[in-house]
Amino acid sequence: MNPSLQAVLQALSGIVLGKERQLRLALACLLARGHLLIEDVPGVGKTTLALALARVFGLDFHRVQFTSDLLPADILGVSIFDAPTATFRFHPGPVFSEVVLADEINRASPKTQSALLEAMEERQVTSDGATRALPDPFFVVATQNPGEQIGTYPLPESQLDRFLMKLSLGYPSRDAERALLIEPERRDLLADLPPVIGTVQLREFQRQVRSVRTSPALVEYLMALIRATREHRALRHGLSPRAGLALKHAAQAWALLEGRTGVIPEDVQAVFVAVAAHRLTVAERSDARAIADDILAAVAIP
Amino acid sequence: MIRKSPRPVVDLLPRVAMLRLLAVLTIVLTPHLPRLPIWAAALVVVLIGWRAAAALNGWRMLSGAVRVVLTFSAFAGIYASFGRVSGQTAGVALITVMAALKLTELRARRDTMVMVFLMYFLLITHFLFSQEIWTAAYLLVCATLITGVLIDANHPGGGLALRPVLNLAGGMVLRALPLMLLIFVLFPRIPGPIWGLPADSGAARSGLSDSMAPGEISSLIQSGETAFRVRFDDTVPAPNARYWRGPVFSRFDGRKWDPGFRPSEDGVPSAELSGPVIRYEVVLEPNRARWLFALDLPSRFGLPQDAELNGDYQLVLSQGEVRERRLYRLQSQVQYRLQPAMSARQREWLTRLPRTSNPRTAALARSWRAQGLGDDAIVREALRRYREQTFYYTLQPPALGRDSVDEFLFDTRRGFCEHYASSFAVLMRAAGIPARIVTGYQGGEKSTVGDYWIVRQSDAHAWTEVWIEGRGWLRIDPTAAVAPERIERGIGEALASDDLPAFLNPALRSGLRFDLRARWDWLNAQWNYWVLGYGPELQQAVLSKLGLVDWRRMIIALTVLLSAALGVLGLLLLRRAAPVNREDEALKLWRRLQARLARAGLRQAPGEGPIDFAARVARIRPDLATTIREAAARYLAARYLQPPNDAADPSADRTARQALSAAIARVKP
Repeated sequence: MNPSLQAVLQALSGIVLGKERQLRLALACLLARGHLLIEDVPGVGKTTLALALARVFGLDFHRVQFTSDLLPADILGVSIFDAPTATFRFHPGPVFSEVVLADEINRASPKTQSALLEAMEERQVTSDGATRALPDPFFVVATQNPGEQIGTYPLPESQLDRFLMKLSLGYPSRDAERALLIEPERRDLLADLPPVIGTVQLREFQRQVRSVRTSPALVEYLMALIRATREHRALRHGLSPRAGLALKHAAQAWALLEGRTGVIPEDVQAVFVAVAAHRLTVAERSDARAIADDILAAVAIP
Repeated sequence: MIRKSPRPVVDLLPRVAMLRLLAVLTIVLTPHLPRLPIWAAALVVVLIGWRAAAALNGWRMLSGAVRVVLTFSAFAGIYASFGRVSGQTAGVALITVMAALKLTELRARRDTMVMVFLMYFLLITHFLFSQEIWTAAYLLVCATLITGVLIDANHPGGGLALRPVLNLAGGMVLRALPLMLLIFVLFPRIPGPIWGLPADSGAARSGLSDSMAPGEISSLIQSGETAFRVRFDDTVPAPNARYWRGPVFSRFDGRKWDPGFRPSEDGVPSAELSGPVIRYEVVLEPNRARWLFALDLPSRFGLPQDAELNGDYQLVLSQGEVRERRLYRLQSQVQYRLQPAMSARQREWLTRLPRTSNPRTAALARSWRAQGLGDDAIVREALRRYREQTFYYTLQPPALGRDSVDEFLFDTRRGFCEHYASSFAVLMRAAGIPARIVTGYQGGEKSTVGDYWIVRQSDAHAWTEVWIEGRGWLRIDPTAAVAPERIERGIGEALASDDLPAFLNPALRSGLRFDLRARWDWLNAQWNYWVLGYGPELQQAVLSKLGLVDWRRMIIALTVLLSAALGVLGLLLLRRAAPVNREDEALKLWRRLQARLARAGLRQAPGEGPIDFAARVARIRPDLATTIREAAARYLAARYLQPPNDAADPSADRTARQALSAAIARVKP
């Protein structure tokens, strides 16, 4: 494994305990220049994870709590009349930061949701006729609460597609739980966390991800997986071509994390559920993650 | 009644493919069209046109009943036109028409295949009619086109771009050429021509005939066709010795000479040959004659197997006639003494003349005899008469009546070689000297390109042989007395220029066209010699040069070379089919390992990656842990990871392959 990334991962696991796999996936997501959706109950460390990711790379961080009365301007920014110069001046919103935590994104109105999601996709904000580029890197971590259904606006499938991965953290293990209770507050630890690698190096890694080799045999495997999702009985819709590309990029990032020069089938398998499950339209009472696992087991590696 | 409507043209073939097929079929069939009865040619053209229009406009196909009626009528029509349905012309006509009728049911790929093989077969039939270089070139082009159709038909969908298909087809035809040559050279030849089908075409060929009347040879002179080509081994005889002996005529009916019925006791007369031996090879054009031409006078040794010398020392075929171009070798010597002794019966036969014809000639000869001149003196006297009186050597002699010799000798005095030879022989016979006419060719033209001589129909000639006691037959050429340049320098020099056929006109015998003609003749000569003349004799000669002296060795060589060629071809194909890149090769090796582990009960699951599989194997069989991990790592490196920078270096690639192969071999479950 790449030593710098190893160091990053080590620093992260010092904060978020016992969740190495999720940390890796989150890191891969960031390296693949994708956005992350975390679906989990409150208090399992979603914010901590987002903050930790921002800290280890020395990125600036904003948290937006989504509520039903949140307006697009609250996220994107607003132009205010500046009396001394007699002009409108744009005050950038929280989206103009390198890491944005969109907490409980499903609580906001669809209009606000789509404002953020558009910004995520375009990596720029257009307001009052002016287009403003968002920072690079730009990484959105959105969370949603699966339990509550009242007063929420679930993200439609088309919007879910904007997230490269969907993860859930889950409760900590016994050991991690104990450590959490004994050790100092995570927030305090975070404050002391020095950046492990800088923005420049992060961008370099993001660039390297794209050049990780996908051999013809691997492309065959990707295609076989995609075809399997489209032909699966329990799925109404399979993976789109964009999803296929996302799968490839995520696998490339995973391979880079593993320190490989090319993607191997295991890399694809490692990211498949995280990348594919939230994009599959399942029939009633089916579990997309279980189906994705089934597909992984059933599709022969060519 | 259920009425079945004809099936619409739902062409299962792409329109482009269909039109191309029709175009190629047209090209293949066109040379046959003039050989067909007019109705059949029209039917073929209409069917091709109809099918093209049907493909373009989506017309309906003909119903089955119409097709059956058409087919049977065409069959009956061929039978009515030829009186049979087999044989060269009738058979080809039948298959041509049937190929065109096949178009009425041509819809799917299956039919295309049938058409392709029909076209290949039709292509071969062209050789039954012509074996010229042009034909061969045309056939190669057609073979490429048909192969193109075949390639297109083998692609699902079809209608490929024209150029790559033709490139591939051309490449395939080119690659087939060495095999073709090999088979051509080595395939055992049986005596007889390659394309010896019963020829029912009855094509008349120009050439000397088996009788001679005034005007026959002079009409032959008008032809620029090649009679035969000669290649001398070393000695080339002088121009005035190049008499090519053909039909010999001993009976005269007052106007016409023919061989007559030779007295039965005649064997082959004795001949003493002397002087340098001239060895040569003749490529004779087909002339439908029963004789071959030989330089005066051929040796009786080393004759072609099917030829013999007759009583007139003429080289005749023991059976059959020269229907095909044929190659034969002979040896001759120009000094000879032929038949020094002769029976009284023969002398009587060879001095016989029709009693009442040509009285003035007979009187002249008798007057010489009355003067007491001997045989030699009479010959000299007669020649002197030709030389000193005003005789004209011309291609346009006036017409002669019943006593043709009298009229020629005393009145017109304008004639061609046959007039001179005929009148001289009659004079000799009237004087009691045995005489006969020999026809053949005289002279020949050296090719300006190759090392051979061309003897044309225009070199046709007639001369006389007289028999003198003790000296045997002497060749006397009265034409030489009148027009010596004919013998020394050829026909083109001997005739007045307005008398000459155009191809002999000296004004036209230089420059580019003449040069091209010479080169074309040379090319044809090579073709005739090496391709068409490649029969058992030449094959033996070629093969013995290669050290393959007998049939057994030849067949062994053929078998070995053919198997070698097919083996090389097979290897090339295998190489192409086998994995060519390192990734597929890695997979092959990995599959081998999978199979080995599966026999030990360790089966890689379909969705199980190599690393996961290696880890599982390592858990179950710790003894394999190191080796399987290494094998998996090498396999992944070869199949998935970035190739090392020196991947272009084949030796590095080979090393990696060997390492993987070794790593996989080390896993011993």
